[in-house]
This record gives sequence, structure tokens and C-alpha cells, in this order.
Amino acid sequence: MIRKILRSNVALSALAVLVSFVVGGVLIAVSNPAVQSTSGYFFSRPGDTLSAVWNAVFGAYDALFRGSIFNYQASNPADMISPITETLAYATPITMAGLGLAVAFRSGLFNIGGTGQILFGAMFAGWVGINVHLPWALHFPLAVLAGVLGGALFGALVGFLKATTGANEVIVTIMFNYIASLLLQYLLKTPILQAPHNINPISRPILDSAKYPAFLGPQFRLHAGVFAMLLAVWLVWWLLNRSTLGFQFRALGHNPSAAKVAGINIGRTYVLVMAVSGALAGLAGTSQILGTEGSLTTGVAASFGFDAITVALLGRNNPIGVLAAGILFGGLRAGAVTMQASQGVPIDIVFIVQSMIVLFIAAPPLVKAIFRIRDEKKAVAA
Amino acid sequence: MRHRKSVRFGTEAMKLELRGITKRFGSLVANDGVNLLVEPGQIHCLLGENGAGKSTLMNVLYGLYQADGGEILIDDKAVKFSGPGDAMAAGIGMVHQHFMLIPVFTVAENVVLGHEPVKAGGILDLAAARAKVKEVSDRFGFDVDPDAVVGDLPVGVQQRVEIIKALIGDAQVLVFDEPTAVLTPQETDELMAIMKQLRDSGRGIVFITHKLREVREAADKITVMRLGKIVGSASPTDTAEELASMMVGRAVDLDVAKTPAKPGEAVLSVKDLSVWDAAGAKVLDDVSFEIHAGEILVIAGVQGNGQTELTEAILGTQTKTRGTIVLDGQNLIGSSVKERLDAGLGFVPEDRTEDGLVADFTIAENLMLNRSDRAPFAKRGVLQLGFLKDFAQRKLKEFDVRAQGIESTAAQLSGGNQQKVVLARELSRKLSLLVASQPTRGLDVGSIEFVHEQIVATRDAGTPVLIVATELDEATQLGDRIAVMYRGKIVGIVPPNTDRAVLGKMMAGIPA
Repeated sequence: MIRKILRSNVALSALAVLVSFVVGGVLIAVSNPAVQSTSGYFFSRPGDTLSAVWNAVFGAYDALFRGSIFNYQASNPADMISPITETLAYATPITMAGLGLAVAFRSGLFNIGGTGQILFGAMFAGWVGINVHLPWALHFPLAVLAGVLGGALFGALVGFLKATTGANEVIVTIMFNYIASLLLQYLLKTPILQAPHNINPISRPILDSAKYPAFLGPQFRLHAGVFAMLLAVWLVWWLLNRSTLGFQFRALGHNPSAAKVAGINIGRTYVLVMAVSGALAGLAGTSQILGTEGSLTTGVAASFGFDAITVALLGRNNPIGVLAAGILFGGLRAGAVTMQASQGVPIDIVFIVQSMIVLFIAAPPLVKAIFRIRDEKKAVAA
Repeated sequence: MRHRKSVRFGTEAMKLELRGITKRFGSLVANDGVNLLVEPGQIHCLLGENGAGKSTLMNVLYGLYQADGGEILIDDKAVKFSGPGDAMAAGIGMVHQHFMLIPVFTVAENVVLGHEPVKAGGILDLAAARAKVKEVSDRFGFDVDPDAVVGDLPVGVQQRVEIIKALIGDAQVLVFDEPTAVLTPQETDELMAIMKQLRDSGRGIVFITHKLREVREAADKITVMRLGKIVGSASPTDTAEELASMMVGRAVDLDVAKTPAKPGEAVLSVKDLSVWDAAGAKVLDDVSFEIHAGEILVIAGVQGNGQTELTEAILGTQTKTRGTIVLDGQNLIGSSVKERLDAGLGFVPEDRTEDGLVADFTIAENLMLNRSDRAPFAKRGVLQLGFLKDFAQRKLKEFDVRAQGIESTAAQLSGGNQQKVVLARELSRKLSLLVASQPTRGLDVGSIEFVHEQIVATRDAGTPVLIVATELDEATQLGDRIAVMYRGKIVGIVPPNTDRAVLGKMMAGIPA
């Protein structure tokens, strides 16, 4: 199945997104109260219904645009560009984790453990960010490194189990998500992470000396993690296309038995793939805890671990594609808030659009059928 | 169509004609105005190299492709097939090279799949299915048990299940697409007998192959295809050289040109080697032999008698072993695949698409598959893509790989060109031993010639060579000595001029 998804092309990804927005538009129209009431007398005055549909759909997507890219209704420049910074703030962890999963998918390992690896990254980075006292130039890199290492170790453990016992990585990573999230819940109730004199599961705040700089100023959530994200995109591209390690990863992903005959140590490669994959998810964890969140809570990974799967698939496991998909998803998240606030469109519509994207990507024939893209076999059957 | 089918069961002869079939894929013309007449009671051989357009033509006939021009006529009436279902209903059956069977189903279940007989209430009538299978099996003497699970059957018998499937669909014209590629010599003989029997029952047979021996034995009529066109017809009494020349388009020498071996000292010494498979069964049983520098030892035998396991034990992918494998004075047992490759082991696997190549990788990437971690292909873990490009372009020329360029993927190449890529990779480094398992399996005449030349050249350079061959011709032509294997043991090691009958007996386990 992974291979099938790999083969789908850019056009199909774009069409999947387009179709999903159309479906989303239909749902917005149907759930809109004005549309519902005007459709009651559709046959006497159809124009009312149609204009209600237009208002609902256009209004919603306009709000989505204003909330995610550029707010032309705002009164000052800062508010105008605020949406795009918000989009990038969401895109940062999603893309980082998406890159990690893309590395695993390219290597034939279906890593579903993004959430767990993000949490481990956040826990390690968080602990260093809270408990170590050093100047920024030392503390910040140390905290980031700790987070990357945490994710890498948690990922590598999966690779190790697969290599030594043949355990299926899908099952193991899903279970590890529970372990990571329950471990965090537990640690947030012990003095190891919980803030003193606090009954809530929350840590002390991260020291400023461990934080990603808020280079646009404190009123924006966007932080320097966005540069780390761009660096990671380049690094993953380089790893996969220019390094021996990446070459061996890809060989393993495409044909494990040929890789074995070529003398590639399969077990060791499993461990390395999962370590790299986990490291990138761990980096996403640092972006959350050292950039956006400020202190460690159980919600630190949000739904980014799962969004990352979609983003990796939508981006066809290509680093640039993952970046584009990550920004799209960041935009959907950022815009959804405005959409709900200004138009009363439920935030769930955005989740539906996201889910539809997954559906259409996983089922290329569906998109092909809609756009009548025919391949040889189809042409015969038709 | 359905109605006609039951009326004609097994009686009416059918004449099939393809007229001016043209099929294009983009700019490539796979079939160019092809005419073919298949008459009842005739085995019609379609001979041609890989990529000549034989399979495309048959896919057009079977409704898998739509022709861009030309027509299909059955009993002089034009027909149109928009899918295999139409072709089957019209009385055309296809025995595919890769069987379309479900391994966990029984023979009867497989045969009725798609048009299952049902009792009242939609319940599968297995008894009827069984009876049908038994009837066809008995009529043609196939000796197939309807209740056997397909996955447990030998390949030759699985093929008969495919044939039964076609016959139950009342096929009057049967197309066999490279049917002998997966068969042992005995199974091949049995298949020939079956085809002749089907012919004698009044059916038309289309036999697609590139194996000349089989063509001359079975064909009533031969049509030769080359580069998408029919280049002529031939007679089964023509010599193999004449047929090969028509097929390739130039004079071909089918004998392996080689001077007598000048063996040096023993380089590879295998002693008391046993191998157990994952289930714990002994698949290789106390095998001992030596190979000298500058010598080709052929391991002959029917496929599945431990040859694969032997080569895998030498490579290091079979790990449950006992005994020793000494190469250049160094015991290989316990060392990794990588260490063995580093020690100078060149390995051409039996299944090149599965074990030899990464189908989605480019030719260039495949050429560095087992050396991607070292100079000159990589420096400190960084791939040297500039070097790789030059290297790949050089090898493409040197090994005459026919491809668009070094960026073509392995999957886009024909079998012969894929094998050339594997050989180019393995022969481009300093070897202390070359192991090649069925190196010409499924290749066309031109490629076979090339592969044999390369192997002999490697021997002449003083490298010991181990070849696994399942075809006797290849074993006797290529080998300087022949070791015959049967049920995991070496029956004997004999010179290549040993009588075929003796070798045949050895392959059945009877020592010379």
C-alpha cells in the first residue's frame, strides 16, 4: 500500500485537495441555516437559495483565507500579516514531523508513532529547558539537541524491536503512542516535571534561555523554529538524495531483498531509519515546547503526529512536497478559527476537508474517475 | 455469447484471424500491421525476442488492450473485445506466464472462480465444480486432483490447472504465453504432449516462446516477430541457427565460443556443507566441492534440489549452516554478506527483479547498489553523483545495455538488459569468485549470447566461476565440469562431454 501511495503524482495530490475543498463547500452550504430556510421555498424563488449558498460558501472560504494568509480587513499592517505567521507557526511542527514520517515511509517503514516521538522530544527538551541553567547560546542548542535525541531514541527502539524480533512497526508505534502519552501524564503528576505547588498536570515554564527566538516580536506566535523547519527540509532532501545512508534507506524501502543481497545490513538500517524519523518528530516536539507552548502539558503534541502522516502522504514523501503540504495544513488550522468566529462555520468542516484529502490520496482511482483521467487499463474497461 | 458457449462445448472448431493489428504506446509502435491466422488443429508458434511485441499482440487478442488499427476475426466475422470476459466468451483461453491462481484455494475452487456453479439459494455447488475438473482432467489425462490445494502443487501441475480453467470456459483457441519459462525439462516435455493432445482435439494453439528447441519440437507453423512486425514464417524443420537468425535479424552462433579451461589452484573449497531452511528441513546435505581459478563449475539439476540454498549459503543469506566455505584461504562462515562481497564475491541472483535490482531505481543507482558506501561511489558518506554518472554511461556502452539513458529505471528495461545491468555491476569490481544462478533464465537469444561471453571472459581472466543451470544445454556448453545435484546432495561431478542420458539419470538421483 505504501508503494501505491508513493506512485501517485503531484497532479493527483493537487486534485485531491481541490475535490476535498469542493466537498467541504457542499457541507458548508448544507449546514448553513440561511440555505436551509431558503431551500424551503426553492421552487418559488430559487434565486434566494442560490445566493444563500454563495454567501455561505464564499463567506466561509473568504474567512479561511483571511485567517490563514492575509487579512485585508485588518486596520494595521501587523494584523494584516498576522494570519500568514499563524499559518507558519502551525506548519512548523507539522512539517518537521511530516518530514520524519516521510523518511520512514520512503524506507518502507510505516511509522505511525509521530505522536509518541513528538512527546518524547518535548519531554526531553522540556526537562532541559526547565532544569538547566545556562546562557542562551548554550542552553537553547542543548535543549533542542535533547529533544531531537529523545525522539531519535524512542524511534530507534521501534527499529530495534523490528530488527531483533520482527515486530510489526505499525502496531509497535501505535502502542508506543499510548506509552509516551501516559508516561507524560504520569510525569506531569510527579516532581520530575510537575510545577511545584500546582495541582494541575503542568510543568514549570520553560526558561527564556532555552526558547526559540520570537523574531517578529512577542505578539506573534511564529518563532525561529520556522528556520529550523526549512533547514530540516533541506537536510532531509540531502540525506535522501545525496548520501549513502539515504540511498540505503531508499533501497530498503523499494526492495528489501535486493538490499539484503547487496550487503546492506537490514536490521541496522531499520534502527537508523527509525532514529532519523524519530529525531525529526522530536524536533517538532522542541518547536512546540521551546517555541509555541511555553510549558509542558499533556496537549503538547496536539494532533500533529497524525496530521504529519497526512502531510507526508500528501507531499508524496518528497521533502519539498511535505513542506507545501505542511503549510497547507497549517493554513487550514489557522483559518479554521477565523472561519468559526466570523461565519459560524463549525471548525469540524476543516477536519472533514483534511480527512477527505486523506481519503482521496489513499484512493487515486476516485480522483481519476472524477476528472476522467484514464490509464490504459481503465480505457479498456470503459 | 453465453448461449453459444454451451452449445459448442468441446466440438466446434474455430478459426481465429488477426488482421493488420497496430498498437502504439506513445511514440512506440509495439505492433505494426500484424497479421496472424490460427487454424483449428494447429500449434502456431509465435517466435520472437523479448520486446518483439508478442505479448502486446496477445493482450490485444485477449481484450486487455484496444488496438489502434486492424481487426480480429473469428470464423471470418469481425469481433470486438472490450475485456478478457468478451475474449473468453468468444472461446479464447489464455495460460499466463505468471499463473492467475489463488494458492490457498483448491483446484476445483480455482477453476470455477468467476463463474461458480450454484445450488438453490446461491450456495456454491462444489460437487459440480469437482465433477467438471475431473471430467476435463480425465479426458486429457491431466491427473489433477480437484481437492488439492493449489499452493501445494508443483509448478507444472499448477499450469495444468490454468489449462483446465481455460478448457472449462470452452476455449477453442488457447494462448500459451512463455509457458515453459518456469518448468523443468520433464515438465516441459509433459506440457508439449498436452499441447499436442489439445491440438488433436481440434483446438487452435498459440504458443509464444523464444526457445528454439521447443519450437522445433512442437510447432506446426511458425511465425517470427521482430520489433513489432511479422518478419516471416518458418518451418519446424529449419535449423535452430536459421530460426535464431530470423528472430534476431542477423547471423547467430548458438554454441558458446570457449577455449579449453586452464584451471589453476583451488580457490573456493566447500566442505561438508549442510543448510537447514526456516522450517528446520535439511535442504543441503553434506555438499563438498572445489572450484579452481579459471574454471567454470556448473551445478546442474532440476530446480528446487538445493541449488538456490547453496548459492545463498555462499552469499551468506542462508544462516542455518554447518560445514565450511573457504574462499582464498578464508572461511566465510559467520561473516556478513557485506564482508563476503568485500572479499571479492560477485553474485548474480536467480531472480534478478526480486534480488538483483531495485526496480524503481535508475540504472545508475542500481550499478552502485552494493558499493554505495565506499570510494569511488561515496566519500565519507556523500554520494559522488558526478562519478556515478560517468561510470554508468561507460558501463551502459561496455555492456550494451539498451535504454533511453542512465536515468531510466530498471523496471523500464527488458529482462536481457536488466541482466546486463546486474552483470555490469558484479563484473566491474575485482572478483575472487563469481556465482551466477540461472544467469540466462528468461533471456532472449541475443542476451544469452552476451551473458555467456561475459562469463567465459571472466573465467579466462582467471576467476573461478560457479553457475547454477537447470537446462542441460547450458550446463554442457558452459561448464568445464558439471556437478549434478539431487535432493540437496551432489550426485556426482562429471566432464561436460558426458552423455545427455547419463546426465538426465543423474538429475533423477542415479549416480553415473
